Formats: sequence, C-alpha cells, structure tokens
Amino acid sequence: MAQMNMVRALNKALDETMAADERVCVIGEDVGVDGGVFRVTKGLLDTYGENRVFDTPLAECGIVGTAVGMAIYGLRPVVEIQFSGFMMQAFDQIEQNMARFRRRSRGRFPVSMVLRTPYGGGIRAVEHHSESREAYWAHTPGLKVVIPSGPRNAYSLLHASINDPDPVIFYEPKAVYRAFREEVPDVPDPIEIGTAQVVREGADITLVAYGAMMRPTLEAVEDLTEMHGVDPEVIDLLSISPMDTDTLVTSVSKTGRCVIVHEGPRTCGIAAEIIARLNENAFEHLLAPIKRVTGYDIHFPFFQVEKHFLPDADIIVDAVKETLAYE
Amino acid sequence: MPMTTTGRATEPRSLAAKLSNETLCTWLRDMLLIREFEVRSMQAYQNKKIGGFLHVYIGQEAVAVGTIAAATARDPVITAYRDHAHALARGTEARYCMAEMMGRLGGCAKGKGGSMHMFDRRRNMFGGHGIVGAQCPLGIGLAFATKYEDEVIDGGASRRITLCYFGDGALNQGSLHESMNLAGVLNLPIIFICENNGYSMGTATARGTTMAEDLTAKAVGYGFESASIDGMDVMAVYDGFMPIAEQCRETSRPAFVEIRTYRFKGHSMSDPRKYRTKDEEQRYQAMDPIERFTKYMAAERGVTEDEHEAMTRSVRKEIREAIRWAEKSPHPELGELYRDVYTDIWGPYRGTSGPEMHDKS
Repeated sequence: MAQMNMVRALNKALDETMAADERVCVIGEDVGVDGGVFRVTKGLLDTYGENRVFDTPLAECGIVGTAVGMAIYGLRPVVEIQFSGFMMQAFDQIEQNMARFRRRSRGRFPVSMVLRTPYGGGIRAVEHHSESREAYWAHTPGLKVVIPSGPRNAYSLLHASINDPDPVIFYEPKAVYRAFREEVPDVPDPIEIGTAQVVREGADITLVAYGAMMRPTLEAVEDLTEMHGVDPEVIDLLSISPMDTDTLVTSVSKTGRCVIVHEGPRTCGIAAEIIARLNENAFEHLLAPIKRVTGYDIHFPFFQVEKHFLPDADIIVDAVKETLAYE
Repeated sequence: MPMTTTGRATEPRSLAAKLSNETLCTWLRDMLLIREFEVRSMQAYQNKKIGGFLHVYIGQEAVAVGTIAAATARDPVITAYRDHAHALARGTEARYCMAEMMGRLGGCAKGKGGSMHMFDRRRNMFGGHGIVGAQCPLGIGLAFATKYEDEVIDGGASRRITLCYFGDGALNQGSLHESMNLAGVLNLPIIFICENNGYSMGTATARGTTMAEDLTAKAVGYGFESASIDGMDVMAVYDGFMPIAEQCRETSRPAFVEIRTYRFKGHSMSDPRKYRTKDEEQRYQAMDPIERFTKYMAAERGVTEDEHEAMTRSVRKEIREAIRWAEKSPHPELGELYRDVYTDIWGPYRGTSGPEMHDKS
C-alpha cells in the first residue's frame, strides 16, 4: 500500500502490466520522451525501450488504426490520445474498426486494446480540451467505456482494461489527476468492468455519478447528511458501458428516489440512459421523478464560466432536496 | 500536367530590399507589436487573467509578418492555434485580441473562443484552430469560395489566394493530405504554409515526419510549386514567398512553402521543454528575427536609435491600452452561453438543459 495520486496510480498500472506481458505496448503523442503531457507514461520509455513505448506523429486516426492492427494480430496496445477532444480525428477508426472488428470477423480477430484519454473540465481549458463525450462511445456497441473516479479504482480498472479481451475506452478525469492521494494497493482490487460500486449505503435517495463528478457528489453527501439529515446511497458507476443495471435497480428499488450527476451535455447523455433503465426495471418503486444534474447543452464554455457549467455540490444538494420533497 | 519545380529562396531576389522605408517600418512595428503582445499575454496568463491554453509566437514573428505582407487584404487567412500574430499582422486591433484572450465580451469571438480562436471576418481572418491540421480542409473551402465568387458570380478572373498556415506537426495529419490532394484536383488558389518550428509539441520534426530534411518533398506528389524559406529573416520570408504568391494568383494553382523557424518558448505555457537543449535554444535566440531586422533597418535604412525607441514606446503603449481596455470589458453573461449554438432565430437554444444557468458567482 502506498499513498499516491491518480497519475502515479495509472503509471503504476501501466508499468506492472508492461512488466508482466510483453504484448503490452504504449503508443501516442509525446508518451515517450516527455512521458505524456500529464506525465502518466513517465519513465516507461526508459524501462521498456522505444519498441514498446513510442512517440507518434500528430495523427490520431493513424494512431488508433495502428493500434487496432496491432491488436488483431495479437498485441495489447495501450493508446494515449492527448485530450479526449482529439478523439474526433480518430472517430472513424474507433467506430468502424476498434468497435466492430471482433464481430466483423466473427470473433476470429478480437481487439484487445485500451484507448486512454483525459476528459472533462475543471482545468480552465477550452472546448476541445474539456469536453465529456462518453455518451458517443457508450452508444457504440462493441466498445467498453470505463471511467475511474480516484487513484485506487483507476489503478485497478486500468489493470482490468488492459487485460480485457475487448476494446476499452478509458476516460481519465483530468480534474482528478493530481487532486488528491489515496492508498493504492500493491495488487489490483478485483473490480470487474461492468460493475458499479456502492460507495455509501443509505435509505432515502440514490445518487449516481462517475469520474470527476464523484467529488462534488460526495461533497453534497457530506452536506446532506450533516446539515439536512438525509441518508443517501451513493453509486460510483465506474463502467459506463457495459452498465451495471442490477446495482442501479436494486438501489433505486430500495430508496425510490434518484439523482444522477454527469458533466457531459444533458440531451442523450448517460443520465438519460440510466433513467430509461430504471423506468423499465424499477418503475413501481419510484416515489419521485428522477432528476438529472448535468452539463448544459452547449459546447464546453471558456474558462471564465467553467464553474457555472460544471455541476457542483450546491446544485446537487438542491436537486436532492427537490426530489425528496416530491410527494 | 502541372509543372513541378522546387524553388529555393537562396538566391537574393531582393524584393523586400526594393520596398520603401515606410513599408519596412510597418513590418518592424508589426513584429515588435506581436512580441510585446505575446510577452504581456504570458504575464497575464501567469496572473490568471488569461485561461485556457496559451501558445505564443515569440521567435516566429517574421513568418506571419513576411507572408501577410505579400498578400492583399482580400486574401483569406486561416491558421492553427498559435494564431495571435496572424490576426495582429492582419490588422485586427490588439485590444480585440487581448479581450478574447481574457474571455471578455469585447473580444473578437465575444470572449467565447480564447487564445486559439482569433476571428476577424472583416479582415478575412478565418481563425485560429485548436485541432492540429483541422483548419486545412477549411482552407480548401475558402479558396474554392473566392475563386467561385471571382469567376462564377462576378464573371471575372480568380484574383485572390488563400493563405493556409499550419505547423510541422500537421504534416502528418490525414486532413492536410486530403486537403492538398483536393486543392490539386480542384485547381484552387491556395498556399499551404508550413511553419516548421522544429517540434510537433515535444517531438522533433525528424522523429515524426518523413523527409524532414526537405519538407518541400511533400509537395512533389501533389504536383505543387514549392519553396523552402528562412523564417528567421522577414525579408527572406517576403522574398521567398512573394513569387509563390504571385504565381498562385496568376495560375490559380496551389503551392506549398516550408518556412523554417523556431519558437523561443515552449509549445504552450505548461511545456518544460525537456526535448531540446539550452544550447539549441540559445543558438536560435541569437538569430532573433526582430534584432536582425532592427540591425538592417539601422544600417541600411537609417532608422535611428531614437526612432526605434519611439516605435518600441508606441507599441508598449498600444498593448498597455489594449490590456486596460480588455480588463474593462465584461465577461459574457451566462445567458450568452446559449447564444450562437444555432442561429438565434428561435431565441437562444437551450436543448433540454435549460431553462436558466445557475449563477454561482
């Protein structure tokens, strides 16, 4: 066990998986000499050499396609796309090849690869450096979409993702990268992709969040329990796709009320999907309409209004109070 | 078949040397203005008055000034995210640029774009762009549009060229190659201007690009006229670029230029520059394009120290006033965020996330 931030925890997972399996290679823009713009791949070039850790040209479409080719041959590439906004240049390779090759080849060419990328706001950046578009990838069958919320689950989930037989989009909340430290175990926790985590049990209402939004959500929980006498249950989704419907349904069947938090735009966002599943599976237990606390339906705004765009604890508390007040 | 020749700006064509003192003084002033703008922007960024990312042009001033001097005000300009200089050289007032950097309503994109998004429709400045290479296909559209307007709508000859700038990193993006091919197939008057500052973020050009020792090789397969130009000397930039620009205007055929330059600062403000040596940085700093041109203007054009000092003072004053003006301009209101997502014909678009934004100030 050691205390570390998310950057270190991810680096540890990469180092360990590379040491254990020579099929694992790291490719991306400035991942080698520079160790990545956020330093997640720091030191890997020195340890594993430039055949396994290589700097690519600025060519996202080419990078992802290359990785798919490596994967269908049998390697296990881990791609870094410098900011999730740059994935749009590679949309074709992600959607048409990374997601579909297993099915297209009737299982003969599985695509065991990970596409790591920092997502989300909170660092005073701009539109293509701040967005949260996980809903795109969750919409595509064949992709797994994983979003850790802290150093510990980031470490274990990256291990699981690299060892997964299917392609994983691994969204790293850049606002969390160096925000706090956590005990990270020496060996990964056995978290399965597709499993959500109940991080707090409660009776009154279910709060669902993931990634960077876990922090304001937990802050809201503190406020709700201490100031308002509310006993919320909190679910950290961890996997956006496949989504752990059972955990969601079990929780909401118990509490009857639910607020979902994400920073991506609201329309056709992940919250909409969760609401649909709860509607299908827990309708008779619902005591109030399910509320969404999300980013707005605009392109990610410039730094000076970022704090207004991103959900925060106050808005979450208000949403919880409104949901609880519904009769 | 298009004619393919590879021009080199090594022979002194001395086009710039024939220009008037007055013209050359505007170049010098523009370069000083850009430098001052960038230095003050860095300070403002460090003081958190500027957010987002900041990519400064210090060291590359001769490129924007020398090329834009060879164009007309009606020629569209489009570039990547290191874009303040192009807007300033195009004549966009420093205060509108500075207000944009600071996210103020008075900025050239209403404070909603920031450092990477300098737009000025009136001056045919079609913006900076944040995604590497993604502006290049737009350049094709602009060149098509001017040619269409000149020839089809106005019934005359195509007389305008599009200046499409990008860095050496963009050479490896598919979007650039698709654009070059389209420009050739459609016979468009566009100049692909590769500002080769030696590094694609942290990767040396030769590590990420084939034929890095002669980037004009990229033009051969597309059948373009090309040239490789010294970007540390504004007169060499003009001398090398002007004939290409004239030919592009005359023939309405695309061309490609590599302009070799160096960014004195990092890729962005958060770049520790571990990928290059201090020695190398100092070697290039000794070739400072502003110092070089200042010396020429003093020795060959009789610009006195007093005159130079007056120019420096006026530039400082202009930027100081720009900052003051920008700081007085308000931040956009929250309701402004819903504007311009679509044409506001139905009122601001709210999607399902309205009705009002929470004001947390």
